[in-house]
Amino acid sequence: MTDLTDLGVAAIRDGVATGAFTATEVATAFNTAVAEANDALNAFIVTTPDAALAAAARVDAMRAAGEPLGKMAGVPIGMKDLFATQGVQTTAASKILEGFTPEYESTVSAKLWDAGAGMLGKLNLDQFAMGSSNETSAFGNVISPWRRPGDTAPLAPGGSSGGSSAAVAARIAPAATGTDTGGSIRQPAAFTGISGIKPTYGRCSRWGVVAFASSLDQAGPMARDVTDCAIMLEAMAGFDPKDSTSLDLPVPEWSAALSSDLRGKKVGIPREYRLDGMDADVARVWDEGIAWLKDAGAEVIDISLPHTKYALPTYYIIAPAEASSNLARYDGVRYGLRDLPQGAGLQDMYAATRAAGFGDEVKRRILIGTYVLSAGFYDAYYTQAQKVRTLIARDFSQAFEQVDVILAPTAPTAAFALGENSDDPLAMYLNDVFSVPASLAGLPAMSVPAGLDRNGLPLGLQVIGRAFDEQGVLDAGLALEQRAAFSARPAKWW
Amino acid sequence: MSEYRIQGATGEWEVVIGLEVHAQVTSNAKLFSGAATAFGAEPNAQVSLVDAAMPGMLPVPNRECIRQAVRTGMAIEAQINTWSRFDRKNYFYADLPQGYQISQLYHPLVGEGALEIQLDDKDPTSTKTIGIERIHVEQDAGKLMHDQHPTMSYVDLNRSGVALMEIVSRPDMRSPAEAGAYLAKLRQILRYVGSCDGNMDQGSMRADVNVSVRRPGEPFGTRTETKNVNSVRFVMAVVEQEARRQVALIEDGGTVVQETRLYDPDRNETRSMRSKEDAHDYRYFPDPDLLPLVLDEAFLAECRASLPELPDAKRRRYETALGLSAYNAAALTADVETARQFEALLASVATEAGKAEADVAKRVANWLLSERPGILNAKAIPADSPKNSLEANTAIVVATEAGTISGSKAKEIFERHLTGDIDLAAEIDSNKQTTDTGAIEAAVDAVLAANVDKVEQYKAGKEALFGFFVGQTMKAMQGKGNPQAVNQVLKAKLG
Repeated sequence: MTDLTDLGVAAIRDGVATGAFTATEVATAFNTAVAEANDALNAFIVTTPDAALAAAARVDAMRAAGEPLGKMAGVPIGMKDLFATQGVQTTAASKILEGFTPEYESTVSAKLWDAGAGMLGKLNLDQFAMGSSNETSAFGNVISPWRRPGDTAPLAPGGSSGGSSAAVAARIAPAATGTDTGGSIRQPAAFTGISGIKPTYGRCSRWGVVAFASSLDQAGPMARDVTDCAIMLEAMAGFDPKDSTSLDLPVPEWSAALSSDLRGKKVGIPREYRLDGMDADVARVWDEGIAWLKDAGAEVIDISLPHTKYALPTYYIIAPAEASSNLARYDGVRYGLRDLPQGAGLQDMYAATRAAGFGDEVKRRILIGTYVLSAGFYDAYYTQAQKVRTLIARDFSQAFEQVDVILAPTAPTAAFALGENSDDPLAMYLNDVFSVPASLAGLPAMSVPAGLDRNGLPLGLQVIGRAFDEQGVLDAGLALEQRAAFSARPAKWW
Repeated sequence: MSEYRIQGATGEWEVVIGLEVHAQVTSNAKLFSGAATAFGAEPNAQVSLVDAAMPGMLPVPNRECIRQAVRTGMAIEAQINTWSRFDRKNYFYADLPQGYQISQLYHPLVGEGALEIQLDDKDPTSTKTIGIERIHVEQDAGKLMHDQHPTMSYVDLNRSGVALMEIVSRPDMRSPAEAGAYLAKLRQILRYVGSCDGNMDQGSMRADVNVSVRRPGEPFGTRTETKNVNSVRFVMAVVEQEARRQVALIEDGGTVVQETRLYDPDRNETRSMRSKEDAHDYRYFPDPDLLPLVLDEAFLAECRASLPELPDAKRRRYETALGLSAYNAAALTADVETARQFEALLASVATEAGKAEADVAKRVANWLLSERPGILNAKAIPADSPKNSLEANTAIVVATEAGTISGSKAKEIFERHLTGDIDLAAEIDSNKQTTDTGAIEAAVDAVLAANVDKVEQYKAGKEALFGFFVGQTMKAMQGKGNPQAVNQVLKAKLG
């Protein structure tokens, strides 16, 4: 029998359905892999092997009883620790929520369990999803399973969904949930040679997901390939009346409709994404991607997204502004950390709790957000940023009058070493330069592995689509995947 | 209408008042969560995950709260904004779990409207229009309890997230009486519309009172805002105290600072809470968890169709169509419950008596406004006593209207009905007044014969004694003599 941990979502689901193996065998195999790897990779904040086994036992019992099985039946997954999970600690990788155990289950995780998935554990991330390297986690950084050949220097798995990317790349989970605010699914997927899609804003309910920036946060799947992403997204997506920004649209059967035949499709190549001094490998892979999509039958067109250069500053006003308000609830009054110095009053308690509970990057963004919303600065920063956001969205809608999807790199470089950027927040923020525009416009976008750089590290290509057109994004992603034939995987050193 | 002026040492001052009224929306559920809103529940018994601001919780607007605010806006003939938006007002406090209040700063649900106040019920010319700038909806905060523990404060989140309407007036009021009349009128309309129960003692309605003073004709002075004033009387007191304090301050060479103040009813004075310098920067911005609120025509049409007849229209109708006096019309429409009772009894009496409502309206009005309250008060019987039923009231008023029993007999029987256990129909029947002239003549003859001295005095010019003879005759007939018939017979016999 093949090693079960080599299998992805579709293979596991089909194997369980046909009886090639049981869900319990799959869960056991992944539980073992997690236990072996987690000390080295630090991908999980908590592991929940019993939950994985219990879900698997339910699926096995349903199959034995001849009951219909869900889309994710028998597939154990990692759950980013930003999703509230009933009875299981939910921290957002912050000290301020350490020990917090919700009495509720996020809509997305509940849908996955309903579809037959099981939980291997809660995955590490940048604290409150703020970061691009996982170095802002209060529970230690995740180590990428990838290494530069001949070098043991620990590499960043990307962020904020770095636990998710590391776990899937290391084959200790066949798939994982991620959330993407400015690139937090796509950039770590690119860094670790896996696939991940951020759907249209509103596709996946935000209910029960610890909020970072409400107008940008969007959950999505991270998995080995495009098909697995499509299957898992079907299980995650859907209208939720508990989220006012949820899309009241039916969930298409994306996986069933997948087609890499792009004849009649037009692909836009945004000239503003071709930056001066662009990494040569990134440029090469992008050119290869263009050729692959042509090969798949698409017509390639140069397009302009003129406000691209304003996306990063716009994002770093809007996201911190929303975060500064969203994180006000962590005040030590009702749950989570409370630091109450002797004789302290309410204000002292707030100050002490938040000083002790939040990490530096979180504090930095709260300060930025508080500043840009302050009286006297609001119009210059927040109002202006909202106007630019509208222009960026308009760039895309005008481009999509001409083309069906847009192809661009996911990130400006391959994975960097841990510590390399951590003293320079601006260099770190530049990681998001290609991913942020689609976030600001609320558009579906995915990263698929496309090749390796000169150091043998994965590079991803990004496909951005029209609002609600996840199908177009997944189809183009599949066309790239088939031609890239990306088969590299990290050597097991843990 | 005479102008209200504060007499200062250096001359006259005019007071300028604007009110921000917070009215709790009548709804079974909170503005953004499904939690209940009933008054008086155990602390933290009515708190959802959203109200407690647990991680990942999201607000979902409650349509009923929006509907009530829109209906309120329609009742003051205000502009209804079909596109509005919620903003976050950010500040830290232990009774504010989210760390922000969801409110509407930039795009309120309801725009400009107006309210007409009347300072004297009997003087239709004593009216004044008070502008209303806006109505927006927002969340209430929870409540801190400082008396439960020696060193700690407790937090009750039952009120957290309850929907409030903030109704902001223009600075159009110029006297304590106008401010009081405005608040009373607003409360009346809210109760008519059913969008707020108006229970000021339970905190369902409270006012922030903005007061400034100026020399007549000069620009507005600096205002102070006295928070959370919870009765009409206190609002009037705040205006008066605050205006006098400001005048004294200015005349002593000081300046009024823009600040938030609190009213202490025990000492009848306001005192400073915080000044503008340490005011919060609320960092308002659009709530990214919520989409703009867009109202469609069907929703607006339903809101409009469900509006009841409003007090001013009702009062005019009572005067014109029912022929009631201005005073009675005002008294019956002052509160929606009174008007409701009146209309129910009016319809019931008209039906039972087989007459038009206009023909029985005066009798019903008098019964409700003077006769029945007299009995209830004298016997300390609550108006909601089950004995004080629509059926009993109808039976009494119909019997009076038909001339079956006299007015005084009616009151007597109703009193016995309220306090005892009588068969009301049988009692009315056995007390039927008689117009049988023979019986009346016999009774009159007996009374006159027994009071020869008084008959002589009457004939000598002491005509006030006529009432005595009526009373004696009625007494002799156990109240069953028809008063008009008794009068006629007496007049004839006494010549």
